[in-house]
Amino acid sequence: MNRTLTVTVAAGAIFATILAAPVCAGSREDLLVQYAAAAKSAGFSAARGQILHTQNSSGGKADTPACISCHGKDPRGAGRTLTGKSIDAVAVSVAPTRYTDPAKVEKWFRRNCNEVLGRECTPQEKGDWLTYVISQ
Amino acid sequence: MNIPYRPIALGVIALFFSAVVLGRTQAGGNHFYAPVADPVVKDECGSCHHAFAPSMLPASSWQRMMGDLKNHFGDDASVDAATAARITGYLTANAADAGGRQYSGKLLSGVALNNAPLRITELPKWVREHRKVPDWEWRHKDVRTKANCMACHVDAERGYYDE
Repeated sequence: MNRTLTVTVAAGAIFATILAAPVCAGSREDLLVQYAAAAKSAGFSAARGQILHTQNSSGGKADTPACISCHGKDPRGAGRTLTGKSIDAVAVSVAPTRYTDPAKVEKWFRRNCNEVLGRECTPQEKGDWLTYVISQ
Repeated sequence: MNIPYRPIALGVIALFFSAVVLGRTQAGGNHFYAPVADPVVKDECGSCHHAFAPSMLPASSWQRMMGDLKNHFGDDASVDAATAARITGYLTANAADAGGRQYSGKLLSGVALNNAPLRITELPKWVREHRKVPDWEWRHKDVRTKANCMACHVDAERGYYDE
């Protein structure tokens, strides 16, 4: 009886682990699929994402001309908000749990694109940017 | 039965003194403000700036602030309705004139509650406590803004705002 229980629990644990691992990576891929569908895109480019991340824009706020104003020049390094709070690195290699909550990703795209560009980002831009940070 | 009055009396006195001292420490000479305990509030408020203690503003201020997150000191800090309701509930329940009264002390003196101030840094007590900080220190690259409590108050995350 006890043995059956142990085996069941162990099997359950293994099954849960197998299930849990792809769920994390999967939601990032799901997001890319959604953005691709919305953009009717031929594909995303990490290079374009990098340009979006680093270039200055005049459409947004004067104290945040680019993403790197707060996120920092090095995608693998921590950033800093204007009020002095540290921001986790954007690169997935450094922050592997990032971009696994779609609502959170959308929330920050909405806020940050408005701050830097003065408008929301397009699905194409979101896909490019996500591809860039996944590649880093 | 022989009751040992002296040791008991001494014990009671010792307890009384520790209570007084502990009470002072808790209030930190009015420099302790219980930090945000709700994980959602801590995460949402604390991702851009220090998660300010709810006892630093009256409930009317928190209500006014949460009513206009789209324009939060010039930034868009809007959250979904359910999250906003949870944050508002926590902040008002623990506000300086509600559950956080034990920490706020004289912070609200000279503050008109119907006026609902939004900036902690404009409360008379805040201004008085920081009057000796020179201008160049505020402009220092590690400070930059009066909202950056931790730059000087190293234990602010845990609620201590001593010098």
